[in-house]
Amino acid sequence: MRHITAISDLSVQEIDALIMKARDIMANPGRYQEACRHKKLATLFYEPSTRTRLSFEAAMYELGGQVLGFSQAEASSAAKGESVADTIRTISCYADLIAMRHHKEGAPTVAAHYATVPVINAGDGGHNHPTQTLTDLLTIQMEKGRLGNMTVGLCGDLKFGRTVHSLIEAMCRYPGVRFVLISPEELKVPSYVKIPLKQGQVPYEQTTDLQSVMPRLDILYMTRVQRERFFNEDDYIRLKDSYILTPAKLELAKPDLSVMHPLPRVNEIALAIDQDPRATYFKQTLYGKYIRMALILMLLEVQA
Amino acid sequence: MNIDSINNGIVIDHIKAGQAMQIYDFLNLGALDCPVAIIKNAVSNKMGRKDIIKIDSVLDVDLNALGYIDPAITINLIKDGERVRKYHPELPATITNIIRCRNPRCITSIEQELPHVFKLTDREKDEYRCLYCESKAGK
Repeated sequence: MRHITAISDLSVQEIDALIMKARDIMANPGRYQEACRHKKLATLFYEPSTRTRLSFEAAMYELGGQVLGFSQAEASSAAKGESVADTIRTISCYADLIAMRHHKEGAPTVAAHYATVPVINAGDGGHNHPTQTLTDLLTIQMEKGRLGNMTVGLCGDLKFGRTVHSLIEAMCRYPGVRFVLISPEELKVPSYVKIPLKQGQVPYEQTTDLQSVMPRLDILYMTRVQRERFFNEDDYIRLKDSYILTPAKLELAKPDLSVMHPLPRVNEIALAIDQDPRATYFKQTLYGKYIRMALILMLLEVQA
Repeated sequence: MNIDSINNGIVIDHIKAGQAMQIYDFLNLGALDCPVAIIKNAVSNKMGRKDIIKIDSVLDVDLNALGYIDPAITINLIKDGERVRKYHPELPATITNIIRCRNPRCITSIEQELPHVFKLTDREKDEYRCLYCESKAGK
């Protein structure tokens, strides 16, 4: 039994295998529709989610399995003060696999310690979001045909943006990747996220100016400034409109740029961009279901 | 000033002057009923001034955890009045409930019963990070 609390829990070879499996599921969905029959996935979402929770649930249903769980902390015994440990011990009795989102960083690590079934971190505060990273990697592979030798721009809230942290950790293991980190000073990448960059001697630069770096990017990964991560509303209001991708800015980009976003967006990508063939974020959402199907099969050790 | 030598126990030497009470509290020496001597500001050729703690009992604690406080400390184990081992504590791979995570977003901030565990992430920089949220430990 194993848990996935961070993308580093998976080797490059395992990630490649998951991507291959997701592509096979896309090509041959009928082969997998009974693969998880009589298996149950518990989705424990202490924090709101649209895509992650529903894609986990859709993934399990498409594998022929069943789903139970809650979509807000108030609907569970957490509202009565129950600890993560006790909740997880309980859910382990009812489900074969747990996907957990929590607003506090490290909660899935606690869950993994007490669970008797595999635990997947479905996002913990501003910390990690490994299945979003798997989604992002599948998207890049599908759009670019490779995962190395490219310049990846990450833009917006790089401090609290957990998807960014996990994506950096994953992509710096592929050769020829260069990062451009675009954020306001107050929302720069935390020091611990830069450790793998420094250890792997991966080239990166930090800037506050999106336009000047735009022509060099192969991937532009936009993020939302997340109101829920701020203790101070004034700070949020001051920073929320730091970067807005408009058609004028996109004109500066390569014709084969992929614009990605983990969603939800607020206003950081103008609606007019949705029509541009470089907008990849809705396809990214679809890929998220397939990669989660592949991960569920792996953790449940289902051969299909 | 004379302090009796001990027969069976531990002498923690080369403690930075002023740090003895931190170690006293960390090892919870106040709970012992054996003789414990704290010598503050002793003259040291190497350090100028140093603190020393003598414990007249064999403690069942991981003294390597002292390496987090100061790896230059010397630990002397005494048996039958003789020193049987002298060593510097190594930086422990993990430390539990010695320091607390200060990240208000960490799960430890709302779950009071969780142990505060830190992992050694960079031996050269003496850097520890929270097991749960990966925030850097502040000494």
